This record gives sequence, C-alpha cells and structure tokens, in this order.
Amino acid sequence: MIERSGYTASELLAVMSARLLMDGQCVFAGVGIPLLAATLAQRLHGPGLTILFEGGVLGPFVVPGELPPSTNEQRCTKRANMLLSITDVLLLLQRGYVDVGFMGGAQIDQYGNLNSSFIGDPDAPAIRLPGTGGGNDISSLTQMIVAMKHEKRRFVEKVDFVTSPGYLEGTTHRRDSGLVSGGMYRVVTDLAILAFDGVTKRMKVETLHPGVTAEQVRDNTGFDIWIDPEAKTTEPPSANELAVLNELDPDRLYTA
Amino acid sequence: MVQPYLNLREKTAARDRSLREKVMSLEAAASLVGDGNHVALGGCTLSRTPMAMIRTLIREKKKNLKISRSIVSTEGDLLYVSGVSQHIMTSWFSQGIVWGISKVMRHYTETKQARFEEWSHMSIGLRFRAGAMGIPFMPTRSMLGSGVAGQLPDVEELDCPYTGERLMLLPALNPDVALIHVQRCDAYGNAQIDGLQFMDADIAMAANRVILTTERIVSNDQIRRAPDQTKIPFFTVDAVIEVPYGSAPHECYGMYEPFFVHLDQYAELIRKDPVIGATEYLERYYYGPESWSEYLGLLGISNMLDATRRGRSIYDD
Repeated sequence: MIERSGYTASELLAVMSARLLMDGQCVFAGVGIPLLAATLAQRLHGPGLTILFEGGVLGPFVVPGELPPSTNEQRCTKRANMLLSITDVLLLLQRGYVDVGFMGGAQIDQYGNLNSSFIGDPDAPAIRLPGTGGGNDISSLTQMIVAMKHEKRRFVEKVDFVTSPGYLEGTTHRRDSGLVSGGMYRVVTDLAILAFDGVTKRMKVETLHPGVTAEQVRDNTGFDIWIDPEAKTTEPPSANELAVLNELDPDRLYTA
Repeated sequence: MVQPYLNLREKTAARDRSLREKVMSLEAAASLVGDGNHVALGGCTLSRTPMAMIRTLIREKKKNLKISRSIVSTEGDLLYVSGVSQHIMTSWFSQGIVWGISKVMRHYTETKQARFEEWSHMSIGLRFRAGAMGIPFMPTRSMLGSGVAGQLPDVEELDCPYTGERLMLLPALNPDVALIHVQRCDAYGNAQIDGLQFMDADIAMAANRVILTTERIVSNDQIRRAPDQTKIPFFTVDAVIEVPYGSAPHECYGMYEPFFVHLDQYAELIRKDPVIGATEYLERYYYGPESWSEYLGLLGISNMLDATRRGRSIYDD
C-alpha cells in the first residue's frame, strides 16, 4: 500500500481532479468525486466554472454539507442559472457547449474505454452494474476527465464491456466509428495522472503523485503502461485544499 | 417497435380531448393500465417518482408491464420483486450512489428472471421526444461504437444524406401509459412542475394515456394566472389524483426531500437478502396499509417533517 499522510485516496482524487478544471470552463459532472471536485474547483480557483448536471441543471453552486445522492435531486439546483429537461441539458453536449465531461468509472482499459455495465461476460455477468446513466452520452460527445481508484482489477487491458467509449481500439478507431468529437483527456487516480498518446491513443503516465513510484503504478495496472522516466511529481494537496474539501463533504459521503 | 404513424394518430383521435374533469381515485386510475402495457414513469432516480400510483399497480397485481424511465431507483426493485414487471428499460438502475449497487437488480438480472434493457440517458430522452414529435426516430451522435448500442436490436446507423456523417437512429417511444407526479394541476390535468423537469413533458406528449398524481389540485383560474408554468397540457391527461406526499419516500422539488432514514432502512433490509428483504418491505408498506395515508403513517411523522423541512429549504436564500 501507498503511505499517505494527512489525506485519504478519495481526498487526493478530488483535489487532483479539481486542479484540472479551469475557471471559465463548462464542465458536465457526474455524481460522487466529479461533483465534489467540480464544486471544490469553484471554491478554490474557479468561481466562473460552470457546472452542468444531467438532472437538468446549468451553473449551480452546491451547498457545503448538502451533497446530493445523485445529480437528480433539488440539492443539485442551488443557485443555478437555469433548469432544463434532462434531454435538453444532454443535448448541450451534442451542440458543443461543454468543454469537459467528468465522471468516475468501475473499470477502464488502455484506450480509456469505461465499463459501468457488466463485470464478466455481458450475457452471463458475474456482476450486473448500474449502467451508463449519462456516461455514454458525455464520453461520446465531449473531452473527458475520469477519476477513479488505481487498482489492477479496475485498470484492465480490455474492458468486459464498452459502456462509455474512450478511443475504442486505439489510433483512429473512435473517429472511424462516427465519434468525431471528444475523447479521453486525463484519468486521475490516487497514484498518478494519466494521459493518452497522440497517435496510438494508449494510456500513459503524465505525473506521479507524491511518494508514488513508477513500479507501484505498474503493479496496480493490468496492462503495460508507458511511464516517462522524467515524469514529474504532482504537488501534494495543500492544507487549504483539504480544508475546503472537508467543509464540502463533512459527512464523508463521497470521500470515505 | 415503432408503430405506423396513422395508428398513433388514430389512437389520439379516439381520445376525449375536451376540457373535462378527470379527478378519480388511485384504484380507478389503475384500470387505465392493462397487463402487458408499456408504462413510462416520470421523474428521475429519487425525484418525483410516481410512487403512489406504482404502489397501487403493485397492490392490484398488474402483470408483465414493460417499464421505461430515465433512471430507476428503489421503485425498480419493487416492480421486479412484486412480479409486476420483468422488463425495465433505463439508463441506470440502483437506489443511488451512496447506497451502492441494487442487490435486487443484480439478483433478478444475473439469474435472468428479469431484464434490464440499458440505453444511454439521452437516448431514452430522445426516444420519448421522437414519440412526442410524432416522428418515427431521432438521429443522434451518441452511443456510436459502444457496447450499449451493440446490445440493442432496435437501433440503426445511418450515413447522413446531407453530410455523410455517421448517425445513430433511435426509434420513437410512444408508451401505452405514462405515470407522472407533479406539484400541482387542475381538475382537467393542466400540470405545473416546479424545479427539475426531467423528461416529463416529452413523456406526457408521447404517451397514449397519462395518469397524473399531484400534491395539490388547484383551480383552473389559478393555472390561467401563470400559464407559462404549465408544462403538461390537459388534453394529454386521462386521470388526475390528488395524493399529498405522492412521491414519498422519494422527493418532490420544493416540498420534501428524500426520506433518508427510511431509505437507509430499506437499503439495510435489501443488504441482508434482496428478495426476502424486499418482500418484507412490500408486506409491511405496500400490501399491509390499505390507504396512502396509512402508508404515510408508517413512514412516520418525524421522517415526514424532516423531509419537508429540507424540501422547503430550497427556496431559502
């Protein structure tokens, strides 16, 4: 296990993800760490960050300590600029108004494809997972950030099922399938920040988190991952970042 | 899958679309739902779930309903366990992320006793919208290349005749019946929805019958004072039932939030054993209490007040 002092894996994920979101962007966020990280980014460096939720919410400021159980309850609408139907808010992705989609995932592969539908054979699954929700739409239509725990069983060579498309089979396969926009931008884990090769579209390590070695990343990844020997180390979460995060989620609803 | 246009028009033409009162009981409205019907549910996840009507259909032992909803939560568990439905079409199926994966959904789908037909969230919305528009399909740029589309026999791909770009075609969905819960409507069925709208307006327009439950029935004069707030027009509606707390233990925007203590208790029952737990829940809350108010009594006054206080707080500054 990785030794960390002063923060949990989930807190690390939330802080590192929040740093990737820029003031002025429009981010389509899923429930859990994405919602938390986007809300954290608003409070840290992005007061002009516009959050969209698939429940039909445009530009809210979620209240600290009142995190919603999904992105479809009234708590998601606090101080929003606009409420619209589910279909219409998702169509904003298709129209191109969203800079980045941001969600979690159960399983991801070397080309950034996400599985949240079936573990095992889809026709006889070991586990039927809850499904795509808006994940497939978001990942089909915009640039994506994914936040998830870095474990070998979650980082696999090939996902059991492509719920939300990354680069499919790599190189130009995503575009050839008709998905002409978007694609995986970054995967944030508790070990590293991962990016994708411009040509092969394979996942690679961009930066390592404090105290994490290249070997630890390899040990926790189910495929051969390229790690730049010069890969820099990310700055650890600051006291201020952790304090604001704690204020947002005092009950550890998302950061347990 | 998609019905011929003239069939759809004939069904609409045959409906009494006059400005008439439609107030009735939950039991009378249940007669509008036939065994084997496709029933669309309004709301999403824990919000504005038409729970009182769902509870009535379960009590009346309806059979073989095909259910569609944007996202399915605890009501999906109960529809499976009660035997009312073995086929639910949705984009996401579990109580809510904070409670983990639905063990009931897992049990029924993994043992192939029931089907969870998975579509993307927007695809379901666009299917209802195509149904509402009276067109046979809607093109989209979503779902291309994914396993989700690969599992669906009813989607087609098309090269756009204008641009040559690849498109996914989604078949229109015109449910036999829609169940929708709103904050207020009049006796004719003009419905006003506060806050999150979900897919409800499209569902009402797409469906061949609509059963509306409402927190309050207001006068038609009141509706006419703010017609911009009316989201569902009366002529799509076939039944109006006044059911205070009609989404409990889920939320109704601005009125009450989810009954979290009750939902935690439900999750605990399911965690022990999905089928025994859900059956116990049905006995206690669905089959036992005769009336909706008796059911609310079991949820408890303190839970109700807590949910109400939180619900109303959305309008606080």
